[in-house]
Amino acid sequence: MTRTFLGMPTTAPRGVGHLREGEPFPAAARRGLADPQLRRNLRHATTTIRAKSGAVIAEVPDWQQLRAAGSAVKADTMARLPELLEQLEAAVTAAGGTVHWAVDAVEANRIVTGLVRAAGADRVMKVKSMATQEIGLNEALEAVGIEPVETDLAELIVQLGRDKPSHILVPAIHRNRAEIREIFLREMPDVDPGLTDEPAVLAAAARRHLRETFLSTRVAVSGANFAVAETGTLAVVESEGNGRMCLTLPETLITVMGIEKVVPTWRDLEVFLQLLPRASTGERMNPYTSMWTGVTPGDGPQAFHLVLLDNGRSAVLADEVGRQALHCIRCSACLNVCPVYERTGGHAYGSVYPGPIGAVLSPQLTGVADNASLPYASSLCGACYDACPVMIDIPSILVHLRAEAPHPRAEAAAMAAAAYTMDHPALYAAAQRAAKLSRLAGPRGRGLPPPLSGWTASRDLPEPPPQTFRQWWAQR
Amino acid sequence: MTARDVVLGRIRAALGDPRVAPAPVPREYRPAGAVATDLDLFVDRLTDYRATVHRCADTDVARIVDEVLGGRQVVVPPGLPRHWLPGSVRAVPDDNLTAARIAALDGVVTAAAVAVAETGTIVLDGAPDQGRRIITLLPDVHVCVVRSDQVVATVPDALTRITPHRPLTWISGPSATSDIELNRVEGVHGPRNLHVIITA
Ligand code: SF4
Repeated sequence: MTRTFLGMPTTAPRGVGHLREGEPFPAAARRGLADPQLRRNLRHATTTIRAKSGAVIAEVPDWQQLRAAGSAVKADTMARLPELLEQLEAAVTAAGGTVHWAVDAVEANRIVTGLVRAAGADRVMKVKSMATQEIGLNEALEAVGIEPVETDLAELIVQLGRDKPSHILVPAIHRNRAEIREIFLREMPDVDPGLTDEPAVLAAAARRHLRETFLSTRVAVSGANFAVAETGTLAVVESEGNGRMCLTLPETLITVMGIEKVVPTWRDLEVFLQLLPRASTGERMNPYTSMWTGVTPGDGPQAFHLVLLDNGRSAVLADEVGRQALHCIRCSACLNVCPVYERTGGHAYGSVYPGPIGAVLSPQLTGVADNASLPYASSLCGACYDACPVMIDIPSILVHLRAEAPHPRAEAAAMAAAAYTMDHPALYAAAQRAAKLSRLAGPRGRGLPPPLSGWTASRDLPEPPPQTFRQWWAQR
Repeated sequence: MTARDVVLGRIRAALGDPRVAPAPVPREYRPAGAVATDLDLFVDRLTDYRATVHRCADTDVARIVDEVLGGRQVVVPPGLPRHWLPGSVRAVPDDNLTAARIAALDGVVTAAAVAVAETGTIVLDGAPDQGRRIITLLPDVHVCVVRSDQVVATVPDALTRITPHRPLTWISGPSATSDIELNRVEGVHGPRNLHVIITA
């Protein structure tokens, strides 16, 4: 039994999971800034994905209408969240699934661990899932002698390298092919010693390495991209087929899902299935999307468990300004346009949620005091807002969170984060998006809101640029 | 007090009382039925994903299957039209084959439920001519036969044609990863080769 007062939204507990910064952002960021290899890798990744994404978004004549619909569906979802979750629970149960509720990471880990044990398994295969990273599920499973095997290639590289993910979409983007080859040679017992660092060769090695695991493991753990309240349908969007393996081959499937991932109706998928791939990987559609509703006799897992996770989300929901961070569909577009992320890398954010969305989501999930420097890990240029397929106004939430927890150390952090951009006048001038800046700063010349007002009090803000950040970034 | 009560109680408290009424959702994007199907676009999108596309009459499907899988062992779903299979192919019907048995086969031939031209996507829904999800996952070659009247223009069109309660697999090109320095590599775990036969 959890000791909580009913009805009091509560933040994620300390000491479990991966949501809190070990050190303040500026200190961690300095390491990233000092690593030229990391910055080269990141720059290549973000530039490439931006270009691909921009091209396929330009093909869609109704992109802005889809964004508006996506944003509104999410707002509607949050407004009706209790009823939608009850509806989802009923639909999943009617289709032969079992629904569990977890107030926080500790409880979710206990539920999943218990289900794996009840299935008599000592190994689980995992589809990449931010929710299970957030709650530290792998550590919890290992603690009771259950081996979690990450099956997404990048997650496998991270796991074998005893490393942390650095990007939502491409978690091993900080590693180059030579490093990946070394990790495989060291960690895969059966690997061909003549392994080269060709990407196709490395991918083939991972295929061979995981095949036996896929065929012999009886329990899988996944996340979910969407869950439809109306029908009880879960959806996982992926590329490699490791998702299909985990969702199809085991006897028991356990899905851990943040309560915000629910969408009201089947029809709503038409919005998000158009927005997500183009914003995320820059594809018209990702290679594989799996959808399942409860269990299907004779096809796929015959036991399905859905764990609905709060872990601080109700606290985010309680903040009328900040709650739109829960609209996030984890596409990572905001990372790829963020000048601060590109220079510091994902590890600097100290949480499984890096980049602009991490700067607003993590401190809300933990309480701002526990992640005090993250709301300052931004130059407030507004590029993330432009890029977000569900139009989350990240800059406004950042400013709101800064006001919520004035913090001298964090204020210094603010200056450190902002200073990099602001000390490079060309970058800064180009990065400012006129409309965004004037809204945040008030009429030009009046300066930025506190605590940045200390900076602008003695300086004039640069002229707003003639083009938006996105245009400039695209031409760079 | 169950965790369920606690979570729902917290969410209700977070939303406040009285609740702010949800705003209506503006659906000004292109709805189902708004766009005419363009088969050439479908072919273009499939090719762009490095799927191999064949176009032929229904009576010619067996000839293409022979070209792709002739002389090899192929798993087939129970309801696959038999005239799609050439004599040169060793067909193994899926009567609850084990995963290991399926993984040892060379390929699979299926029909499809619906396809999306704009994104180059094929949707399988587990009907008898498509079979269990596992048979299109483990073999390295997937030959999928799509009738042209199954091709719709957009994602909204596709969702109106499929049933949520079936297990659904949306396929857009062969399995692929871009995790190593963003180089696209086909076939990490799913089939490395996708052949789409579009029939009239
Ligand atoms: S905040 Fe928006 S852009 Fe960033 S990951 Fe979430 S949905 Fe994508």
